[in-house]
Amino acid sequence: MLTPKIKEDFPILKEEANGHPLVYLDNGATTQKPEVVLGAMTDYYLKANANPHRGSHYLSNLSTEHYENARQTVADFIGSSSEEVVFTRNTSESINLVAHGLIKDLLSEGDEVVTSIADHHSCMLPLRQVAQEKGAKLHYLAMTKDYDLDLSSLHEVINAHTKVIFLGHVSNVVGTLHPIEKIIQRGREVGAIILIDGAQAVPHKKVDVRQLDVDFYCFSGHKMLGPLGIGVLYGKKELLKKMKPLYYGGSMVEFVDAKETYLKESPHKFEAGTPPVAEAVGLAAAINYLQEVGMDQIALHEKEILDYALSKLKDVEDLTLYLPPEESRTSILAFSVKDVHPHDVAFILDMKGIAVRSGFHCAQPLHQHLDIPPTCRASFYLYNTKEDVDHFVQELKEVRRSLYGHS
Amino acid sequence: MDIHDIYTALIMEKSSDQTHHRELDNADHSHRAFNASCGDDITLHLKVDQGLIADASFTGIGCAISQASSTMMIELILGKTPKEAIALANKFMGMIKKEIQDEEELAELEDAIYLQNISNMPARVKCAVLSWHGLTQALEDYAN
Repeated sequence: MLTPKIKEDFPILKEEANGHPLVYLDNGATTQKPEVVLGAMTDYYLKANANPHRGSHYLSNLSTEHYENARQTVADFIGSSSEEVVFTRNTSESINLVAHGLIKDLLSEGDEVVTSIADHHSCMLPLRQVAQEKGAKLHYLAMTKDYDLDLSSLHEVINAHTKVIFLGHVSNVVGTLHPIEKIIQRGREVGAIILIDGAQAVPHKKVDVRQLDVDFYCFSGHKMLGPLGIGVLYGKKELLKKMKPLYYGGSMVEFVDAKETYLKESPHKFEAGTPPVAEAVGLAAAINYLQEVGMDQIALHEKEILDYALSKLKDVEDLTLYLPPEESRTSILAFSVKDVHPHDVAFILDMKGIAVRSGFHCAQPLHQHLDIPPTCRASFYLYNTKEDVDHFVQELKEVRRSLYGHS
Repeated sequence: MDIHDIYTALIMEKSSDQTHHRELDNADHSHRAFNASCGDDITLHLKVDQGLIADASFTGIGCAISQASSTMMIELILGKTPKEAIALANKFMGMIKKEIQDEEELAELEDAIYLQNISNMPARVKCAVLSWHGLTQALEDYAN
């Protein structure tokens, strides 16, 4: 397990919530920021701020350098080259950019596209939308009763008509690490374009986009200790070349005359307008921080924290856990308390300073598919400690008592 | 704030009261009120007979606040005209939005007035108003 000292790097974790020490277990939604990230962003504004890519003065050059260095840091982190890294606002924007900038033009009536029933609305809906517009058929990979992706019908679902696959790397509801390698391999056999939504994966484990051999890979900075408002789209060079921008404007054009627009090369043609340089700098600082701790150590820490939580929850009565098979577990723990709606559970825990999420977690079709009600979700990260788990378990035991006066 | 400021004895009693949590075979108005973010999913059923709400029920799942609120709402609107029910729903929503705070004016909300505290809790406002909003939707035809 990582040292609990890590917590000291995150000023907000010293705050109180509703009069209790904060126990932050909503990392699947967003993560807290270490001082080095906040410092890097402040430093940028203190010493280097100007509009980048308009290079006629010292600060503008410095700002450009910060922005492009951040892009290189991201590229190195995921094993790509910098011209394959497009900065967006978040994962949703990355996915929509691919759906509308490329997929829409490729689909025609009778084509098939594939996503999984377990996927976040952000991954599923952009694909569903363009498929509907073009008369293409949408197929779902199902989920098994033990919360693993069902690959038994992989060859039927992904077939010769399949043009596109959009798939989450890790389920944001039950935390299943999807067997994407097998799905990618099948996708390659039929020549489909493959996009992976890595919002819940990149923060927690080493991801190498080349090794995975995916066409597109998307993630958000804020779920990996970086600031809100910056996301990443990785795309293979030749596909980014074909893809059209959704936004036109400043800094994405090479040359404009009265009639014609000559676009810059990727990634710049997708980044119209003044970019979020400080956010990019913050994301790069977050990546450096994560790498200093070590991605493998983070993954191990989360496994140990989850195992510890499971051992503590073993004896808690009236608790249902929605657990994938052991080898597919990540840092997400979905649960419900008997006869207490998850919104009430989350609210009662919040009164004790414990932050968890409740509801459908932007994946309603999954809940319908497995016929499970809305759930609560505790999601752990590198700064969570055994002590956090102890507080959580202790208050979870009290939920029914606080509501009904008895357990 | 204490947990029991929200989950008062009355609210807990009303949330576990299943009297109106049932199907309604001969309903002539049904409306699903749904809160995707937290998972409250309530369908309201109404039977209007000779200009009065003769029967009402709800089905679905929701948190304690939404269940209690639904039960109190149904108790209040039974026997009222659709127009009166809409007016009460608007008054309730006004209370939760803190637009109406005068106690005398709110008195006709009966038990539902005990949900006034929710107006101080942004995270729970939607739970409280869900079924009332559904009511105005279900009775839309009577609004004018």
